[in-house]
Amino acid sequence: MNIIVCIKQVPDTTDIRIDPKTNTLIREGVPSIINPFDTYAIEEGVRLKEKHQGKVTVISMGPSQVEDALREAISLGIDEGVLLSDRAFAGADTLATSYTLAKGIKKIGKFDLIICGKQAMDGDTAQVGPGLAEKLNIPHVTYVKKIEEVKENSIQVERLMEEGYEVIKMPLPALITVVKEINEPRMPSLKGKLKAKNAQIITWNTKDLEAEENRIGLEGSPTQVIKIFTPQPRGKGETIEGTPAEQAAKLVEKLRETKIV
Amino acid sequence: MEYFLTEEQAMIRDLARKIAEEKIAPKAQELDEKGEFPWEIIKVLAQSDLFRVFLPEEYGGLGGGVFDLCLVTEELSKACSGVAVSYAASALGAFPILLYGTEEQKKKYLPDIASGKKLTAFGLTEPEAGSDAAAIQTTAVKDGDHYLLNGTKCFITNGGEAEIYTIIAMTDKKKGARGASALIVEKGTEGFTFGKEEDKMGIRASATKELVFSDCKVPKENLIGKEGGGFIVAMKTFDSSRPGIGAQAVGIAQGALDRAIDYARERVQFGHPISSFQGIQHMLADMATQIEAARALVYAVARMVDKGCKDIARPSAMSKLFASDMAMKVTTDAVQIFGGYGYMKEYPVEKMMRDAKITQIYEGTNQIQRNIIALALIKEAAKRKKK
Repeated sequence: MNIIVCIKQVPDTTDIRIDPKTNTLIREGVPSIINPFDTYAIEEGVRLKEKHQGKVTVISMGPSQVEDALREAISLGIDEGVLLSDRAFAGADTLATSYTLAKGIKKIGKFDLIICGKQAMDGDTAQVGPGLAEKLNIPHVTYVKKIEEVKENSIQVERLMEEGYEVIKMPLPALITVVKEINEPRMPSLKGKLKAKNAQIITWNTKDLEAEENRIGLEGSPTQVIKIFTPQPRGKGETIEGTPAEQAAKLVEKLRETKIV
Repeated sequence: MEYFLTEEQAMIRDLARKIAEEKIAPKAQELDEKGEFPWEIIKVLAQSDLFRVFLPEEYGGLGGGVFDLCLVTEELSKACSGVAVSYAASALGAFPILLYGTEEQKKKYLPDIASGKKLTAFGLTEPEAGSDAAAIQTTAVKDGDHYLLNGTKCFITNGGEAEIYTIIAMTDKKKGARGASALIVEKGTEGFTFGKEEDKMGIRASATKELVFSDCKVPKENLIGKEGGGFIVAMKTFDSSRPGIGAQAVGIAQGALDRAIDYARERVQFGHPISSFQGIQHMLADMATQIEAARALVYAVARMVDKGCKDIARPSAMSKLFASDMAMKVTTDAVQIFGGYGYMKEYPVEKMMRDAKITQIYEGTNQIQRNIIALALIKEAAKRKKK
């Protein structure tokens, strides 16, 4: 079984700051990590390989420092890392990212399953997984919480819903995005870390991918972020005091005043 | 302080630290309270290859040594030394095979120890033979192609949980200390059962049990080294393992200091954080200095062991003695800095104080360590005089 896991390197949001003047993220001095949702995709990919043999490749688009994230994935049991890196890729929205990743995956070659995290912690769009499936013209299921069965030409999964879950069977090759309920990611191993240190990361640019220049990066992105800002903190609420009966009476009065009731 | 770790050693330390912080620390209090063996964590350590660090590559190890073992033990001890000792005791049980085992024994046992599939334990202490190790009563009588093992071992770390036990027993009682031999006994061998499980003051996550042998048939190829060489095996094993106890003590103390500093910065009395008071500052400074001195000694000795230095008994005893006495003092001071809260189980430092105490007792009490050191000093002086 050939599996491809898509990951994104994101700033560690346990310590996130926004520049109040430019309204952009302060990236300096903020450590980068693998998008937490993608760690479940990595773990699931490695588990599938352990069960069904084959190969798991991890792919990401970003600057050269993303190599660290790919090496970390290798230390967790991934076989190979592919980095799509080119200045021309910068500023890509989810559409351009899906296109670029699709070009990279086509270049990798034959695959049975693509696994993505449900969304990135920084962008929060959850669009790249489904977008990628469309570009590759394969079926996809989002929010997978369990892979029930993998057969030679199909996969059966449980898709997390607000209440309960759906059981969906679809033909392979296909794409799934996974939620944190699917597994508990393992710790890296020393052997994995040693392997990762010496691993060759494959790097491809626009030319290698034979990508159309008007479909990548900022130019290929119909959506553009105009402003990022911290919302004004909400003011302190009003406390209604008195006995429970008095409080209820005052509350009803207030609700009437504001025409809510 | 800079200890000039290799890239690989830094990798080992960082991974052990990550596991300690993410997987062990959140569970330390619960493990202590329940006194449950931490199998779930042991499996994480195994899967992360941490049992491989001190074993040679040809047996599934990563080719490191005692120093690498100390790095892991120290990191784990910062979070929970009950977990750390369960890890380190597996090395203690493996050292006799590693140091004196035949090629067949090494091939048979070490790969499973390296992968963490099997834990080991070392059995020397008996109810009537603690510091006076030569007083052991357990006997191993040769009978055809096996030894018949009879007797009881007590206070055995990893007892019941380990699969592989290295046991010191008398093969010839008349010869005293020279009549002891080391044997490998596998769990499940007929006549090998477990007795009382101890309810301990500290390191409560670790398992401490009695081992009971009654006409236990041990194949004669399970003899480690020569018949009569059991005490040499035991002493050389301790020479290799004592820096590990030192590392455990350093880890416990560092964990206590880290928490004491955090607390001192937060705790406000007389309108100021208590970290602004010189009385507290000087305590913290002394604690940090003592820890660093112990760490430097432990690391230096661990490196000596790995380099195969001769006459390692004295430095090895020193590292265990100094670090464990330091840990007792530092953890007591940490409780003092926490004040009344430090005495309460809700806060982590009282556990560390309880955990520290055992490091002054096991693998030779600190009084025995002083005997070893003094004996070496006197012998060396006598040697110099002769020249």
